[in-house]
Amino acid sequence: MLQRASKRPQQQLSLWRRLLRDRVLLLFALPGTALIIAFHYVPLLGNVIAFKDYQPFLGITGSDWSGWENFSVIFNGDPAFLRALKNTLILTSLQSIFVFPAPILLALLLNSLFSERIKRIAQSILYLPHFMSWVIVVALFQQMLGGSGLLNNYLRSHDLATLNIIGNSELFHVLLTSQIIWKDTGWATILFLAALSQIDSQLYEAASVDGATRMRQLWHVTLPGLRGIIILLFILRLGDSLTVGFEQIILQQQAVGRDVSEVLDTYVYNNGVLGGAWGIAAAVGLVKGIVGVILVLTANKVAHIFGEQGVYSR
Amino acid sequence: MTQTIVSRRVAAPRKIVQGVPMPSWPMRAFKGFVLLVFCAVVIVPFVGVISTSVAPNKQINESGGLVLLPRSVSFAAYESLFAGGVVTRALFVSIFVTVVGTLLSLTVSCLLAYALSRPGFVAGRLILLVVLFSMLFSPGIIPLYLTVKGVGLLDSIWALIVPTMVSAFNVVVLRAFFMNLPNEITESARIDGAGELKTFTYIVLPLSKAVLSVIGLFYAVAYWNAFFSALLYLNDSKLWPLQLVLRTYVINDAQLGSAELGTERLPPQASIQMAILVISIVPILLVYPFLQRHFAKGVLTGAVKG
Repeated sequence: MLQRASKRPQQQLSLWRRLLRDRVLLLFALPGTALIIAFHYVPLLGNVIAFKDYQPFLGITGSDWSGWENFSVIFNGDPAFLRALKNTLILTSLQSIFVFPAPILLALLLNSLFSERIKRIAQSILYLPHFMSWVIVVALFQQMLGGSGLLNNYLRSHDLATLNIIGNSELFHVLLTSQIIWKDTGWATILFLAALSQIDSQLYEAASVDGATRMRQLWHVTLPGLRGIIILLFILRLGDSLTVGFEQIILQQQAVGRDVSEVLDTYVYNNGVLGGAWGIAAAVGLVKGIVGVILVLTANKVAHIFGEQGVYSR
Repeated sequence: MTQTIVSRRVAAPRKIVQGVPMPSWPMRAFKGFVLLVFCAVVIVPFVGVISTSVAPNKQINESGGLVLLPRSVSFAAYESLFAGGVVTRALFVSIFVTVVGTLLSLTVSCLLAYALSRPGFVAGRLILLVVLFSMLFSPGIIPLYLTVKGVGLLDSIWALIVPTMVSAFNVVVLRAFFMNLPNEITESARIDGAGELKTFTYIVLPLSKAVLSVIGLFYAVAYWNAFFSALLYLNDSKLWPLQLVLRTYVINDAQLGSAELGTERLPPQASIQMAILVISIVPILLVYPFLQRHFAKGVLTGAVKG
């Protein structure tokens, strides 16, 4: 009998026998693995069209190689590409400055509540928007802040000047940022709250015996306790810094025009899928993906230098 | 002063550190106010949308668009949406994708996670690496589109299900849960002569109801909310799920006439739009309490064991 006796060293069985022994498990793992390979790794190979003059009727293998030609929009600084890059960088800085710290502050606020009941009620309300799709979030913002939305109706009925928020290209970046804050701040507190509950309560006791005020306790006990998770999440954020919300932006692009709303992801979609410039779009997407991976690895390295764990340890 | 001490005594059984001074009253009032504002900002849009969808015609016109408190309730907007037009069809598409997709996702993910959770599984390390590494990068929009096109899923309802069927993150969470099950249970099942399939269906799955419901709901919400895959892969508007209908008729404000709705009786556009919004929000509100009971746990298992 081929038994998986744990005492017996693995090496005694040949690979073939182990495969045979685990045939049912292999069968279990097959569909999931196949799907991940088919829709993660195979498309990765599909990136070769970045180096080809891709023609849909010729297919990937039939199209001619074009070397680095598709990358010329990046290296020669095509205005449309630069515009997308600029908007992406603006949005990613806005997100790092305003979206990233928001859940930390909210988590500190929730954590400092003395009533568990109020805390729980607040949490159930604040987590809710995370489960709404971007279509719903954008529609809700329209209904609240749009030309005939709640805010402007109120202003009109009180004979005040109305505010042009939705569809105003000057405010578009601010609008995008506030939508993200509305949708995900509550949900993002989960990880911080978990980290806060891990902080040893004796530290607080010791601090208050030493006469530390609540502010000083926050600075010397609470924030150091959050350091690891903050760095971890910031690394992940960095890796995603060229991804600034495709669905959210494409939904609102029509209203404000591409000058302020074109980002790298919409550039790829608009030029490739809609515009038919497959090779160029794939080239931009590929560079974006590679830069993302480099950013994560670098940030992780930096975290290690500062003695933090980072995303992975070796 | 005495007040603060008393209230602290009362609160003592909760996680409160002795000796830490209560915040001052202005501070507490300030916190309460901030929290209240936060919660109101989240809730008011939902209230407004639901109210407007049932508010009477006249009130909507008077208010100029959105109503916070309807004077009377009428379901005319919903009746016209369920009359068999665009929205009814989109609703069926969304329900099909969500139900079938979730079942398939759960089955495939659980099987994979279970195999990965078995100690000494011959290909375990390799497959785990394949799963984990896929989380590090996204393949890119263009190659993904071409792959889906190459498999022949373009303009098929399955394009909304198959490419996103397995989430690596969910597999990792499930695997962590399966690994935490006591080894003795599966071991004793094996001694009693149960194969992997029997162990999995009769021992492991019944013990994992909690995590299965969380992951199932995560998948369901993702399918219900999916907008990008529909936008990318579907040209045929007959196959549109609710989210695309929502975009076209609510965000982009395209006119929903009797041709689209399949009925002659037309309530005002505003209440129809709000009713479509409500239809896409309500299923999530319904599962939300269940989701909430478990999700913190689910998310944290993944984060800690990942």
